[in-house]
Amino acid sequence: MAISKIWVVAEPTEAGLTNTSLELLTAARSLGGTVEAVSWGANAAQSAAVAGEYGATTLHDVGDLANALPGASVAGAIAGALAAGNGPDAILIPTSYDGRDIAGRLSAKCDLPVLTNITGLVGGDSLTTQHPVFGGEKIVSAHFTGSGPGIFVIRAKSFNPESSGGAAAAVSTLAVGDLGGTNGATVVSRHVEERVGPKLDEAPVVVSGGRGLGEASAYSLIEELAKQLNGAPGASRAIVDAGWVPYANQVGQTGKTVKPDLYLACGISGATQHMVGMKGSKNIVAINKDPEAPIFTVADLGIVGDVHKVLPALIELLKAR
Amino acid sequence: MNVVVCVKQIPDPAAPQSLEPGSHTLDRSGKLILDDSDAYGVEMALQLAEQAGGGEVTLVSMAPNGETAGLRTALAMGAASAVLVSDDALKGADALTTAKVLAAAIKRSNPDLVVAATESSDGYTGTTPVQIAELLGLPSITFAKSVAIDGSTVKVDRQTESGYDEVTASLPALVTVTAGVVEPRYPSFKGIMAAKSKPIDMVTLSDLGVATPQFGQEITSVDNAEARAAGEVVVDDGEGAQRLLAYLEQLKLA
Repeated sequence: MAISKIWVVAEPTEAGLTNTSLELLTAARSLGGTVEAVSWGANAAQSAAVAGEYGATTLHDVGDLANALPGASVAGAIAGALAAGNGPDAILIPTSYDGRDIAGRLSAKCDLPVLTNITGLVGGDSLTTQHPVFGGEKIVSAHFTGSGPGIFVIRAKSFNPESSGGAAAAVSTLAVGDLGGTNGATVVSRHVEERVGPKLDEAPVVVSGGRGLGEASAYSLIEELAKQLNGAPGASRAIVDAGWVPYANQVGQTGKTVKPDLYLACGISGATQHMVGMKGSKNIVAINKDPEAPIFTVADLGIVGDVHKVLPALIELLKAR
Repeated sequence: MNVVVCVKQIPDPAAPQSLEPGSHTLDRSGKLILDDSDAYGVEMALQLAEQAGGGEVTLVSMAPNGETAGLRTALAMGAASAVLVSDDALKGADALTTAKVLAAAIKRSNPDLVVAATESSDGYTGTTPVQIAELLGLPSITFAKSVAIDGSTVKVDRQTESGYDEVTASLPALVTVTAGVVEPRYPSFKGIMAAKSKPIDMVTLSDLGVATPQFGQEITSVDNAEARAAGEVVVDDGEGAQRLLAYLEQLKLA
């Protein structure tokens, strides 16, 4: 179907909207047509100001969800608009914890398929999506074949956010409708984890560790090096699975996508699912004992060596600056 | 408390992966094994059933060619039985179709809790569990770092950008678990032997009353991604750290 109206699910934060939401609003603008945002929370005016700055002309406000998880309510609200004939031709949703909930529920509610893990969008009569497969070695292009609006779930850092300098979007209330038992998940308390240094997906330098570290205690080398470089510590899925570090540190297909100025992969072999999460980094350095490790195929500088020797030596050199 | 775990049998990630000519969907004709992500789901279900004082853990899976190898692995861990949906019409199925099929199979078990991984390790769509929850009319809590049952409530620590939220829902509900949420047990020899005779109910689409699906999406082309220019690889002869320092200084990061 021709795309004349796009809705972007824009996730609210304390200060505005998430970075990925801004990336999606920017991408939507490049596809032509009207761009509108869908959001929720207690500060619609603030969200509308930011959404407008990034090109949305209307902000559809689902309202303050109190402590309910957003998935069911936001999906219900969008589904209601589609059923009433007021909906968009395409819905762009960030790949985030709540974004995926919203996309899944909307898809099932409206019997519409989803395309996910999108890193590129090509406009035209219908949208063509691009997805990395096999660790990003290949790009698959796809599109919807049916006539309904498309649900597009887009990976972080696929588009650069650019302000359009627009005025605040007009706020319009979006009714949620009957959710049956699906809205039962309630947040009882929120825990903000103390973090030293920048957020993993915003850090200019990421130092990541993998199985080559040998044991959980060796991860302290990663944390120390990250600290010396004012960066964030990351991890391969292998050591998260092994319980050495929490899931929050994971970089890869099933973790965070990062695009720092420098990515240091220490003791990481470069499994395809890890590559997808960091291949877009500006500069990549790899340290690994195995000269055949796939990580060396993407590294700008590779050191074939033992992380237990190289990392402490590098940390000492940095401390001595 | 009866728990259903959605498990997927996927092409062995250690083997070379390929796409089907024509549809460009993943080639699933080779050896299929239990998705590592689902070992966490199975273990979580077993522990929750044990803590609740008993109950059955049933596996529900969709796979081509009547494949059961991965199911036997999960049965060996301690699950009681499995339902496998296998139907040629499902070849190359998308997430929504998969969710419709699995939801129909799960409904037959009428569980108190449905557990799944956050996403599969081959498809990575990441929406199937929540699509299932919506189709079954259940609340869902995704990205669980920990799960506990308190009477008829499920309590989850849910991963967030800044830490985690404590989230609750009344049963029946669906939960997806992250890697490392629990440590999956290794099947014992006894478990492996017992698994051989545990029931696997094989069903087709018509058994479930699910109409032949239309997938609603297709892959139009596959292209090579832009390769990064080759970099420099040096062997550490004791000077590796110095080399790195020089590189960092050149980037003005040190």
